[in-house]
Amino acid sequence: MARRVLLIEDEPNIIEAISFILSRDGWTVHAHADGTTAFDRVRALPPDLIILDVMLPGRSGFDILRDLRAAPALAAIPVLMLTARGQTKDRELAERLGVSLFMTKPFSNAEVLANVRALVAE
Amino acid sequence: MLTFNLLVLVALAYVAFLFAVAFAAERRAARGDDGWLRSPLIYTLSLSIYCTAWTFYGAVGYAARSGLEYLTIYLGPSLVMIGWFWVVRKLVRIGRTQRITSIADLISSRYGKSTALGVIVTILVVVGITPYIALQLQSITLSFSVFVDPGGDVPAGASRDAVALWSAAGLALFTILFGTRNLDANERHHGVVLAIAVEAVVKLCALLAVGIFVVWGIGRGWTDMLARIDASPIADWSQPGGRWVGLTFLSAAAFLCLPRMFQVLVVENGNERHLVTASWAFPLYLLLMSLFVVPIAVLGLDLMPAGSNPDLFVLTLPLSQGRDGLAMLSFLGGFSSATSMVIVATIALATMVSNHIVVPVWLRLRRDGSMIAGDVRGVVLLARRVSIAAVLALGYVYFRLSGGGAALSAIGLIAFVGVTQILPAMIGGIFWRGATGLGAAAGLVSGFAIWVWTLFLPSFGADAVIPAQVMAQGPWGIGWLRPHAFFGVQGIDPVMHAMIWSMLVNTSLFLIVSMLTFPNPLERMQGAQFVNVFEHSAGTRAWGQTAAAAEDLLIMAQRIIGAADAQAIFLRAAQAQGKPGYLPDVTPDFIALLERELAGSVGAATAHAMVGQFTEGASVTVEDLIAVADEAAQILEYSTQLEAKSAELEQTAGQLRAANEKLTALSVQKDSFLSQISHELRTPMTSIRAFSEILRDGDTGPAEQQKYAGIIQDEALRLTRLLDDLLDLDVLEHGQVELHRQRGQLRDVIDRAVSAAGPRGGRLRLVRRRADEAIMLETDLERLAQVFINLIANAQKYCNAADPVLRIEVARLGAGYAVDFVDNGTGISPEHRQVIFEKFSRLTDPGRAGGAGLGLAICREIMARLGGGIDYLPGQGGAAFRVVLPVADAMAAQ
Amino acid sequence: MPKPPPPLFLGRASYRQRRLRDAVRLLPVAGAVGCMIPLLWPRGAEGPGNGLALLYLFGLWAGLIAAAFILSRAMRPEDDTDAAEGE
Repeated sequence: MARRVLLIEDEPNIIEAISFILSRDGWTVHAHADGTTAFDRVRALPPDLIILDVMLPGRSGFDILRDLRAAPALAAIPVLMLTARGQTKDRELAERLGVSLFMTKPFSNAEVLANVRALVAE
Repeated sequence: MLTFNLLVLVALAYVAFLFAVAFAAERRAARGDDGWLRSPLIYTLSLSIYCTAWTFYGAVGYAARSGLEYLTIYLGPSLVMIGWFWVVRKLVRIGRTQRITSIADLISSRYGKSTALGVIVTILVVVGITPYIALQLQSITLSFSVFVDPGGDVPAGASRDAVALWSAAGLALFTILFGTRNLDANERHHGVVLAIAVEAVVKLCALLAVGIFVVWGIGRGWTDMLARIDASPIADWSQPGGRWVGLTFLSAAAFLCLPRMFQVLVVENGNERHLVTASWAFPLYLLLMSLFVVPIAVLGLDLMPAGSNPDLFVLTLPLSQGRDGLAMLSFLGGFSSATSMVIVATIALATMVSNHIVVPVWLRLRRDGSMIAGDVRGVVLLARRVSIAAVLALGYVYFRLSGGGAALSAIGLIAFVGVTQILPAMIGGIFWRGATGLGAAAGLVSGFAIWVWTLFLPSFGADAVIPAQVMAQGPWGIGWLRPHAFFGVQGIDPVMHAMIWSMLVNTSLFLIVSMLTFPNPLERMQGAQFVNVFEHSAGTRAWGQTAAAAEDLLIMAQRIIGAADAQAIFLRAAQAQGKPGYLPDVTPDFIALLERELAGSVGAATAHAMVGQFTEGASVTVEDLIAVADEAAQILEYSTQLEAKSAELEQTAGQLRAANEKLTALSVQKDSFLSQISHELRTPMTSIRAFSEILRDGDTGPAEQQKYAGIIQDEALRLTRLLDDLLDLDVLEHGQVELHRQRGQLRDVIDRAVSAAGPRGGRLRLVRRRADEAIMLETDLERLAQVFINLIANAQKYCNAADPVLRIEVARLGAGYAVDFVDNGTGISPEHRQVIFEKFSRLTDPGRAGGAGLGLAICREIMARLGGGIDYLPGQGGAAFRVVLPVADAMAAQ
Repeated sequence: MPKPPPPLFLGRASYRQRRLRDAVRLLPVAGAVGCMIPLLWPRGAEGPGNGLALLYLFGLWAGLIAAAFILSRAMRPEDDTDAAEGE
């Protein structure tokens, strides 16, 4: 069974790029562009991995992460945070909230792919 | 021994001298060299017409009969002037702002420019003052007679009448010559005023000279004088309290109400500051005038044969000591007192008679014919000249009929009580807005009637007018109407009796009727203007929109105030309205101005009626009521301005607080600046890098290749746009931008902006009213379009309504135009409104991801460069922005 | 529009001018009272006599004139509005 990745991201071009990279590697990529309904989408799927943006319409990626880690059924899902906000305080906040991996944009396609594989393999 | 002929010669020479003085003053004034004529000294001296022959000669007689009581006549006016801050100051200010011509005009103007009240006051003062003028004629003839027959008895009838007749004729000539030179009573009569000032000096010097002669020439100084007083028949202080208080009040009231005093005090006042000097200088003048009265009286009683007329001691005492020169000076002093009073009183009365009786009657007679056909100016001047002659003739006739003697000597106080009837209406009018015209009329008529019945008619002597039987029993035997014992109150002195009853009834009716009646709009407006004259010194405005033609008004004004003056007024008004030529638009403001100018010549009521003939509806209309409301609003605005001024400190503190809050907000923004700019640059960069790597890897089909190359290009463009915006803003902020001004339609600019922003946001529906947008602009149309594009794009991006709609509304705003962009989303919360125009202020609300936050900052800078503005418009339902197009840029399309 | 309240306190110079005006307003009242004082005196032969009354009244009068003169010199010509009501 193909492993499922949920991509929570609002920039259509970035969704397109990551979908292309991961599906080429055999992943099923579900994209979700809205922050407010993202948590419900996670619970409905639930995916093997979540790629999470920070600046989202409706709700920030940090809030979604906090909710995920608080929900017992979903707390184990690895979360790769991918953001254009690369400041130290953002990284620290993400780590405090229990992020699996924090990456800044722009990224190398190969690196993203490698990290996704590594996180799900664990 | 002085002969009668020598005396006549001296008097004539003195009169010739006065004519010369008056002529010289008029000529200097005509040359514009009238600075010293407008000095506070001249003003103070002109007030001295309060001291008539009655006080010059009569005060000594009064002291000889009643001790110190004569002082009340001087103390009352002294207190009024010392207390100038209470009443006189307000009267003078009202007189100037309302261009009041007489006391009748004051009352008429205050109570809604009422013709009836003007007539009532005029009749009242004519009845009261004519005998007073007769008294002056009598004093002149008496003083002549002293030299003919040193006993002071009544001289031979023929010469006595001749003296009175020639005096009256001479005074009429002088008054007509110098009192009617200009029609506008607000322009001072320089010749008359200077002649009066000279006469004031003459009479003061004369009385002081006689006094000094008496104290140090006959007596041996002050201590001797005091000893003589103690030894005299008037040694004891036995003043009845009622008369002392009553007469002080009476003289104070008369000082304000006498037409001649109103004339010099208010109408001829050239500068309010003169009051400050007069406040101490005039009491000083009165003090000097009364200083030697008691010594002269005491020595006269001592030295003159028993039975001598004490009223003439000022003349007979020097004569009996062989001092002919001094007696001559004293004669000139008395002559001066009499003539100056007559001249000013006549001018004042003639102004009232012509403005309030002759001209209104003439107007009514001609009502059906065209006013323009008549020469109003000529009529008014003629009316005034005839009135002068008539008033003096009336005085002379009264003098002849009364036969001189004792009946006249009492007339001074009687006249005082008569004119004092005006006091309640006057004081009430300037301090109480509730005073109404009906109340004033009720008070005046009732007071006047009581005065006539209880004091004026009985003063002619028993059986002269009122039969002795009526005096004793009352009319038709009604006891409580007995002239000297109203309501059975007996035993009071007649003057006090009349004063108390008339003032009591007058004031009560004035107050009660005022409270029971409702004033008409014009009355209320005038009332507000009078009572609040210090808060609001602009003139009244009474007329609404009118259909009067400017040309008709000009023709009429020329006939009243003369061609040159009228044209000057019209030219000024036209210039003020920015129109060439002599015919301004007939606006309510202009009508009010013209009416005020005319009021200075013919009085408020007549001016109102005259202008009313040319303006639709002489009655007060709804528009007038709106004008009243406007006036009130102006007053409110004015006081608010004052308060705002005084609240400046508090405002500054508030501004500081606001600035501080803004600074704090800005500093938070600065902190997030790096984070923001990094985010804005990284987002397109991410797509570019990801897709370029994909393309480099090479395992994509041609269609995908094409698509991904397109995305790379889009994102690169987005990046460029961001950098462009940053540079653009930098250029705008540093003022290095070059504007390309062009002419164009606002509609075209909006069209261009809509099509430029259009393709990206097809969902947003635009609502426009293209007809409103037909406005010619001359500005940098490209930059303006940039602003519009930004606003439309913002609505596309941020409007969160299910069915987003953007309304673009164009409306006049003051001299310019406002273009409003209003969407139907949730709008921008108040705490964000003050920072949205700042750089990188993209709302940190995560729900509002999107632009770089530079758009509105750029819009603001552009609009500032174009001389307009952009603001958030609260309370429109959704997000709303108002672009204000600057005045010079907007021109209504033809 | 809510009216801003008028200022409660004035500067020293304005305060002086206000009190000066109070004095100008008060002067005629004081004068009137002064003029009525002789009415309290006993009348007739046992009274003070007209000589003394004359001295008193002229003294009072001259005093009032002097006070009015001094006040008129001290008063500033400008801002003669009554609108601002601070004290």
